[in-house]
Amino acid sequence: MRVALLIASASLHGGIAMPHIAYLAILPEIVMLGGAILLLAVASLVRSALNVTVITVSTLVISLASLAAALWQFFDVQSHGAYTTLDHAVVLDGFSVLVTVLVASAMALTALVGDGYQRREGLAGPEFNVLAMVSATGAMLMGEANDLVIVFLGLEILSIALYVLAAFNRRRAESGEAALKYFLLGGFSSAIFVYGIALTYGATGTTNLTQIADFLAKNVVVSDGLLLAGLTLLLVGFAFKVAAVPFHMWTPDVYQGSPTPITGFMSAVAKAAGFAALIRVFVSSFGVLRVDWQPIIYALAVVTLLVGAVLALIQTDIKRMLAYSSINHAGFVLLGLEAAGALGKVGARGVSSALYYLFAYTFMAIGSFAIVSVLGGRGDAAHEISNYKGLGKRQPFLALAFAVLLLSQAGAPFTTGFWAKLQVVAAAVDANSVPLAVIAMVSAAVAAFFYLRVVLLMYSPKKFVSDQEGDRLENLDASGDAVASTSAREPLWSGSGRQTALVNELNATLLLESSPETIEVPDEREGDVVNVPVLAVVAIGICIAVTVGFGVFPAPLADFAHKASLLFMP
Amino acid sequence: MTLTLLAAGGATIPDIIVFAVSAAVIIMGAFGVVTSRNPVHAALSLVMTLFGVAVLFIEQDANFLAAVQVIVYAGAIVVLFLFVIMFLGVDRRENIEAEPLVGQRPLALIFVGVAVASLVALLVSSHWVTGAHGVVGPINGSVNPGSPGAPSGEVAQLGKQLFTTYLFAFEATAALLVIAVVGAVVLARRERRDLEKPSVESPDDEPSSDSSEKEVLR
Repeated sequence: MRVALLIASASLHGGIAMPHIAYLAILPEIVMLGGAILLLAVASLVRSALNVTVITVSTLVISLASLAAALWQFFDVQSHGAYTTLDHAVVLDGFSVLVTVLVASAMALTALVGDGYQRREGLAGPEFNVLAMVSATGAMLMGEANDLVIVFLGLEILSIALYVLAAFNRRRAESGEAALKYFLLGGFSSAIFVYGIALTYGATGTTNLTQIADFLAKNVVVSDGLLLAGLTLLLVGFAFKVAAVPFHMWTPDVYQGSPTPITGFMSAVAKAAGFAALIRVFVSSFGVLRVDWQPIIYALAVVTLLVGAVLALIQTDIKRMLAYSSINHAGFVLLGLEAAGALGKVGARGVSSALYYLFAYTFMAIGSFAIVSVLGGRGDAAHEISNYKGLGKRQPFLALAFAVLLLSQAGAPFTTGFWAKLQVVAAAVDANSVPLAVIAMVSAAVAAFFYLRVVLLMYSPKKFVSDQEGDRLENLDASGDAVASTSAREPLWSGSGRQTALVNELNATLLLESSPETIEVPDEREGDVVNVPVLAVVAIGICIAVTVGFGVFPAPLADFAHKASLLFMP
Repeated sequence: MTLTLLAAGGATIPDIIVFAVSAAVIIMGAFGVVTSRNPVHAALSLVMTLFGVAVLFIEQDANFLAAVQVIVYAGAIVVLFLFVIMFLGVDRRENIEAEPLVGQRPLALIFVGVAVASLVALLVSSHWVTGAHGVVGPINGSVNPGSPGAPSGEVAQLGKQLFTTYLFAFEATAALLVIAVVGAVVLARRERRDLEKPSVESPDDEPSSDSSEKEVLR
């Protein structure tokens, strides 16, 4: 970036007035992208490959630096107000700051979860984290873009990195399939989006969001077919990114096939960035046309809410279930956007509720997928919902964490999920969309069913075993597994083989001692006790802390989202 | 757009002839891409279409765009296509008669027809802010209509726009190119043998993961 700027200023003899650059406005992006490229360069220059720990730590440092820059932005915006820079291509306001904070935290959490994943799957090299960081940069760009061209570039930077990340684990055929599907459909939707930009440019004479709003405020477009077509095509492009029905077809396959930490990142960041740009473009640029786009959003919200909830019911794979649940969540955010179309305070409330929902969803989604990732086991394949049976006994802490996150997604009280759902529904009621609010609540009730199903499965007792015997066997199984797994990882030495044999013998004797029915129990075991990497525990802990902490004390986060929407610059 | 321009007047007979001929070339080329049995012929038909578009650009005084069109698209991209086709083998025939989804061809035809018809209706009926008056004038003339722009100065105009209005977009494109290169390398790279073995975990990681495991067990 710097080099290009220098060349530009060197060729400045013919009186080109370079636009003023407020570097604070793009500081988080510079930190994130610069850090990613630096990490890549260093890793390729160092002779021996950097180990996973070094890469994770540097990714964490970069993400947290980006987060700190975003917080600096927040204080600047609070004291000096919102402004645009770089010839109005970029806007710094509360809205963009919130999106940046969200993306930077999601990136840090993904680095924590990805560490254990990379070790388990034996993926060396910095590319996993570098691609994720560049993708995060694209998401941040979308949040603060004030020009359709920048929105598009952000979208592409975000997406192209995600296509590659989806295919990252090349030992899984599903991963490649997911990436190809995502790439083809994503490329198609990007083309539609560009077409929308072109038609909008044809109708308004500019791609700048502020100038579009200005043009529409000052001119009455008599034959507005071009403008509406552009608006619709833009909406299709966005709806694909945020996985709103009927543009959701890619979601289950891609979520299922991608490496699980990336699925979490994708669900949180791509959705947040897509919605951020969608809200900014529609509310601030096309606010005048709200009569035209509000009904479309209304219809999208209804089908998204219902299809997401109903199809999630019949899934047998946990990642597919969470994919449909993410579609259902997208419906709730659309509820906020629909309300944002209203004038004045009600509209501001819609924006703030949508932002709040996105923030809450980010932590719930990344936490949930972190747990799924840990439980996926080597090869990242054990994602059948039936594997979760009896998890409450095998790994009580993990099961409890998953239960909390699922209940939060279902909207249980004392979690952010509850407040998020409450806010969007209240915003919809304020905006006089009562039927939509009712549909949302019905869909929340349906959704609660499939979240609770997993929770109940985790805590369901095992068949054929009375409680006491079950406990004893459980412990035995667990210790046997632990020994077996450690010995499998160590190089073969004479002692370990004997040790395993000993354990097997012990197992056998104990089983013989117990009553005849329980002999069947080892076959009934649904899964093994898995290793939980420390960093993943930290990530899950942070997600739980945010989800429950802001659920019990909702005021600070709601205040943050509210401030973000107040500063929102039309 | 050209149609409305022609209708708006100012078009001479040669203009119309050049437009008609290049339009015919473009459409023939496009049909050739879809209908050719031989993939090399399809790629060459694409070159024909791109040349036709370049001629249209010249007719609208967009000389720079025309040159870029020929150099980048006809020159570089189609040659890349040809490379890929040659790599995969020209003589390999795909059975394109088999339909994975029954009835998708007639449906596609109907949808394309409807889309094209509605697009034409849209373009004719809509009010364009850009276009006609911007063709000969400065690029992005609607933003600063006062500045004089000679037809030959378009490269300078483009450069100026690139370093002022679209400076940030220009810089962001750099990030896009970086990610494209990194992504291509990641996907195309061969895995080293030693990574395939199960024992990739370095020994110093073992204690930490074990302790966490015990934590969970308790």
